[in-house]
Amino acid sequence: MIIAERKPLEEIAAMAAPYKKICVLGCNTCVGICMAGGEKEAAETASLLRIHRNKENQEGEVDVFSIERQCEVEFIDEVLERLQGYDLIVSLACGVGVQSMIEHVPTLRVVPGLNTTSMGYPTEQGVWAERCLGCGDCVLHMPMGICPITRCAKSILNGPCGGSAEGKCELGDDIDCAWQLIHDRLSSFSRLSDLTEIQPPKDWSTSHHGGPRTTVREDVRIDRGE
Amino acid sequence: MIAGSNLEKVINSGNFVVTGELGPPKSSEITQLKHHAEEMKNHVDAYNITDNQTAIVRTSSIACGSTLIQMGLEPIIQITVRDRNRICIQSDVLGAHALGMKNILCLAGDHQSFGNEPGSKGVYDIDSMQLLKGLKDMRDENRFMGGDELEAPISYYLGAVENPFADPFEYRVDRLEKKINAGASFIQTQCIFDLDRFEKWMELVRERGLHKKAAIMGGVTPIKSLGAARYMKNNVSGITIPDELIDRLKGAEKKKVEGLNICIETIQRLQEIEGVAGVHIMAIAWEEIVPEIVERSGLYPRPKV
Repeated sequence: MIIAERKPLEEIAAMAAPYKKICVLGCNTCVGICMAGGEKEAAETASLLRIHRNKENQEGEVDVFSIERQCEVEFIDEVLERLQGYDLIVSLACGVGVQSMIEHVPTLRVVPGLNTTSMGYPTEQGVWAERCLGCGDCVLHMPMGICPITRCAKSILNGPCGGSAEGKCELGDDIDCAWQLIHDRLSSFSRLSDLTEIQPPKDWSTSHHGGPRTTVREDVRIDRGE
Repeated sequence: MIAGSNLEKVINSGNFVVTGELGPPKSSEITQLKHHAEEMKNHVDAYNITDNQTAIVRTSSIACGSTLIQMGLEPIIQITVRDRNRICIQSDVLGAHALGMKNILCLAGDHQSFGNEPGSKGVYDIDSMQLLKGLKDMRDENRFMGGDELEAPISYYLGAVENPFADPFEYRVDRLEKKINAGASFIQTQCIFDLDRFEKWMELVRERGLHKKAAIMGGVTPIKSLGAARYMKNNVSGITIPDELIDRLKGAEKKKVEGLNICIETIQRLQEIEGVAGVHIMAIAWEEIVPEIVERSGLYPRPKV
């Protein structure tokens, strides 16, 4: 899922300062699950924003509600009328949700209340780890399910580099060396010899480096307007 | 003979090879670098020139290499994959060759977050293994990484680094073999402070006969002070310093003298280890000591080949 965390309140308050009628809009799916922008966090953010604005003697009101997913038109449509009444929407969706909102309703002013960090999952309560960079050409078969593109700080395909020490990355002890993990996993399956082959340079054109990506599926497209 | 560099000739002659290291400055004022090069010119066979080491912005390796060539000295250009994609790297290699550079050392580079531009975007388009293989193919197959042909042949002597002190230990020799297969003719190791571990690693190297496929050069660094040792132990990625060595420095009256002694003893032991072809001396910020190290290690004069 998409992982995000809330921006510092001061940053949100600064973006909202020029506006009077404000809505904090939660998003209940990915960022709801990672406890950054769901119903509960939206309510909390709205309260904090109200207190902050009161202290700063800023006039206006701060409402709050949430929808299931800001990245899907169907859910935005359900609250379309309600949204039109606000000068500013503080979206607690990921970056995708913010853009989907303004693309679908261009008259809205929407600012991000979250920083979108990664695609990943929780490894323990309160800890979410990045696991996929969306490179567009999955290589997970080679390292037996541990992504070196994402989990190695240098995206090395022929690792580990010389900075790997005691299972940790040169960046710090809180980061596992992806190649130590790959090495151990291959070893446990008696497949260490897989590492002998030199992995060729990756074709990054399937990733963002090839330009913004649009996935088109002709087989499921619906012809409109004919 | 591949590229005919002095480094390659000394290695092929069977003499114990000695390389030094020059770190370009955080300015374009390279008088000091030239001075250091001049100081050790009779004591080293070639000079590594670092590529924005520890991710700190410095004068480029190739620009300094060009200066060395003008001085009649031989650079080993370090190229990391941190800051340049394959277009830029291959272009720089063509340029370095055009300027007369014959030795290239391929490495990943310290992560950009360690340096003075921690907010920069790391490139890592390719890794150090792919860099070696790519440059080998440019030289041997006359084609770029993308498959296009070079308009004229190119030649250089390729090296790589290996860190016997990194983990997983058992994999370090596999990785060395992989680098040799990818194109490395010479290998410079990370600084050796833990000789026992290095010897264990060399045993594995010899078991596979890898010392016959590439020249293995042990890396050394003279320690100037207890603070420097502690700093390296705790802050420099990939370096391990055993506690006994720290204790030895602690117990010494003159830390600088003791640090120098340790370095020279290490080089003397390296010369006795079967399969070690040379030493790479990284006396960063203590360059003037290199002639003394080389002389006291019994490696002076350098062979004329």
